[in-house]
Amino acid sequence: MMEWEIVIGLETHTQLSTESKIFSSSSTRFGAAPNTQADAVDLALPGSLPVMNRGAVERAIRFGLAVGATVAPRSVFARKNYFYPDLPKNYQISQFELPIVVGGSLSFFVGEQERTVRLTRAHLEEDAGKSLHEHFTGPHGESSSGIDLNRAGTPLLEIVSEPEMRSAAEAVAYARTLHGLVVWLGICDGNMQEGSFRVDANVSVRPRGQAAFGTRCEIKNLNSFRFLERAIQYEVRRQIELIEDGGTVVQETRLYDSDRDETRSMRSKEDSHDYRYFPDPDLPPLIVTPEWIERVRAGMPELPAHKRARFEADMGLSPYDAAQLTMHRPMADYFEAAAGALPAGQAKLAANWILGELSAALNRDGLEIGDSPVAAAQLAALIARIIDGTLSNKIARDVFAAMWAGESGGSPDAIIEARGLRQISDTGAIGAMIDEVLAAHPAIVEEYRAGKQKAFNSLVGQVMKAARGKANPQQVNALLLEKLGG
Amino acid sequence: MSAIHEFEGIQALADALRQGRVSAAELAGEALRAARAYGDPQLFLHIDEDLTLAQARAADAAIAAGRAGPLTGIPIAHKDLFVTRGWRSTAASRMLDGYLSPFDATVVARLREAGAVSLGKLSCDEFAMGSGNENSAFGPVRNPWDPERIPGGSSGGSAAAVAARLVLGATGTDTGGSVRQPAALCGVSGIKPTYGTVSRYGIVAYASSLDQAGPIARSARDLVPLLDAISGFDPLDSTSLETCDGRANAPGRVLEDYERAQARFEAAGARPLEGLRIGVPREFLNEGLSAEVGAAVEAALSVFEALGARRVDISLPRTALSIPAYYVIAPAEASSNLSRYDGVRYGHRAAGYEDVADMTSRSRTEGFGDEVRRRILVGTYVLSHGYYDAYYLQAQRVRRMIADDFRKAFAEDCDLIMGPVTPAVARRIGDNRQDPIADWLGDIYTLGVSLAGLPGMSIPCGFSGDARPLPIGLQIIGNHFDEGRLLALADRYQQATDWHQRTPGQQ
Repeated sequence: MMEWEIVIGLETHTQLSTESKIFSSSSTRFGAAPNTQADAVDLALPGSLPVMNRGAVERAIRFGLAVGATVAPRSVFARKNYFYPDLPKNYQISQFELPIVVGGSLSFFVGEQERTVRLTRAHLEEDAGKSLHEHFTGPHGESSSGIDLNRAGTPLLEIVSEPEMRSAAEAVAYARTLHGLVVWLGICDGNMQEGSFRVDANVSVRPRGQAAFGTRCEIKNLNSFRFLERAIQYEVRRQIELIEDGGTVVQETRLYDSDRDETRSMRSKEDSHDYRYFPDPDLPPLIVTPEWIERVRAGMPELPAHKRARFEADMGLSPYDAAQLTMHRPMADYFEAAAGALPAGQAKLAANWILGELSAALNRDGLEIGDSPVAAAQLAALIARIIDGTLSNKIARDVFAAMWAGESGGSPDAIIEARGLRQISDTGAIGAMIDEVLAAHPAIVEEYRAGKQKAFNSLVGQVMKAARGKANPQQVNALLLEKLGG
Repeated sequence: MSAIHEFEGIQALADALRQGRVSAAELAGEALRAARAYGDPQLFLHIDEDLTLAQARAADAAIAAGRAGPLTGIPIAHKDLFVTRGWRSTAASRMLDGYLSPFDATVVARLREAGAVSLGKLSCDEFAMGSGNENSAFGPVRNPWDPERIPGGSSGGSAAAVAARLVLGATGTDTGGSVRQPAALCGVSGIKPTYGTVSRYGIVAYASSLDQAGPIARSARDLVPLLDAISGFDPLDSTSLETCDGRANAPGRVLEDYERAQARFEAAGARPLEGLRIGVPREFLNEGLSAEVGAAVEAALSVFEALGARRVDISLPRTALSIPAYYVIAPAEASSNLSRYDGVRYGHRAAGYEDVADMTSRSRTEGFGDEVRRRILVGTYVLSHGYYDAYYLQAQRVRRMIADDFRKAFAEDCDLIMGPVTPAVARRIGDNRQDPIADWLGDIYTLGVSLAGLPGMSIPCGFSGDARPLPIGLQIIGNHFDEGRLLALADRYQQATDWHQRTPGQQ
């Protein structure tokens, strides 16, 4: 049986979060009535000309700086010529030979293993409109097709990775990290349902050890991480089965059908367009000066990679935890707020709680961290009660659940008070409880005295039971030993 | 009643308006009557009296309020390549028959704001492709000097309307000679300014890297206020220049340069052009040049020499290469610029079709004329995979070499360049129908200027010996941003000659 290696490269269309379009002043707002956000430029009326939106360029620069790429001092817009009814000029303005962002890389974890994938480039381009074929009727009720040009001219940053991913899981981890990054940078709203972040996957397989790439297929427009994963898994299976049955993979574009969980051929390389790219004579080369780059850099938030390094070096987190906490900016902000409210050296405890109890609760309820019912300050207050011995870890989890449910205004102290959960650390009270247990269980005491270590644990259990779990375990141990030995 | 032809030029008419000897409304009414009565019904593609008279009344109000500028109340008309609110904008194509633009071209808006009164839209070659105005979907335009002859193109309607004294000025566009060549063939003055000084916003695009608007008028002096009003940076055109050699690109620049040059000539006395070196490219006086055009150009050069200028022999060695370079680059850009005419959103849509691809294909086949289809095919071919390097990239290299030749001439040999505009006078309508390439070759003297983005103008410098004498043009080419000085030089020539005052039918 041949062993196969999977090769994946991703092209991601990131919709940039500008108010207006990349070459016109129309709004980019999603969901407006059809064709209400299309002006002369978007409709390609005679005499209209494109004017570049500097906000889109600044977002591209942000991205380039964040991934350690070269921001090209000179890049060129080109025309990609093809006829399609929802492409009003019948050419798309894109960057071809000279993109604005060159190189760079993205690091992330696949499980516990860290991976770095290099980026080829990222270029600016305009989106097309939408053709509406289904349930669309013309003015006289006839079956017809409609075109909505609201999306036409929306700025996109197409981010192209090298073909360096080797599994669907790795592709998903890359895409999730990239998604987190563009949202973190404030250059994309990240809304995948609305198409703000769409992934094309180039997938091929080759016998392990072979240097040359196999023939690839491109799966278009995957708009969820789950679809990305399933589409790649299906496509890999399809290609391997095809080759093992003696067939060959044909280079083509495929679409993923999520209802049937399969990919289907859309067009082969033979019917691919000759796009007749040439530099757009309506737009001079895009010049990005070092000063412009520095202005953009000065306005950027702390980057995830930097934060991650700081979490490791200054706060003692493991690389994995630091990476998890810096996938999304709200998560990192939450962690920093919680850790900052705790005594120095306790950040690790905050990380454990956020990645453990809090993340589990968020996942269970399908919430983003921004919507967490337990605020960072409240979580810190809870953790502080563990540190000062008021709560055991086990009871703290119960308090957290109560906080999550909104009990007593979400205040851990109020919940501890109301439920009487304070840990008993009073030596006298614990001593009295031990005395009662020893008096009530002479047989077990005998066993202990006969040398049975298990009997000691049983006595601890009885004391904790009497204390309804609230007695400080260290104190119980110490006092019990003392009394039995006395 | 006052007709336009009674006034020597824009200044004389502006004075009469300011002094109340004539009103803009009266003048516009008369001009509209003359335009309607004119013998060539294909000259104007759209006239709307209400729109014109509204502009004239606004001009009268401005005059009454003491807010009159040099163009207030002056009757003009626009090449139909400029989109206009109100008047239909067709680019002389069936594709855009009846099309109404929701906005004005920047050039149109600036002239309206300057108070000029538009009589409507003038015919041209379809999408500005042609040099005879025969490619209009609405029929050819006739040369006012001889109705059997072409007026030139693509701004043929603009040159003809000025020559026929129907307007005092007209807008044109020049991509490879489309202002200069019809101005020459109709015996009027026209200027194509430096690429980037006048906004392209609202010009139906033909070849974006070459298209440039320019005015046509009777004299260089009349061109000054027209060009000055339309020049200036426009944020709506990304290729529009913010500065010209460090100076703001704004109205006033051309006028200032013109006046400064005039003052210098004035100060020089009897030989106003003393010290000026006029380069005459030997490649412009080649075997293709007709004897009578050559003789008229020589005579004009003698006039400049008499004014003090010195003639120097120069070389623009890639002159002949400008034809293939232009006829690769311009069609390449055109093939893409004209893709938007697909019958989907506006414009001509075929009556019957199978599917959307068929609809686009049929609509374009029906909507475009032969020359437009020819250039789209050429342009599509030269951009195609496998041919791009050999044609498009090679043409761009040649373009840079041609620009270098001009740069070298201005750096080393001369202050400006003069020569013919066309190899011959206006040909007969229909003559090149079987041989479209013959017209392409006739563009040899104008294409280099366009490829180099330089300012160039044409002024009348003589007539042919035909039974119905036909005008001959002199081309004056300047360095970048030299428009003001070119116009002043041309004015000095026109002070010494009267070719520009000749009127068709009054020979």
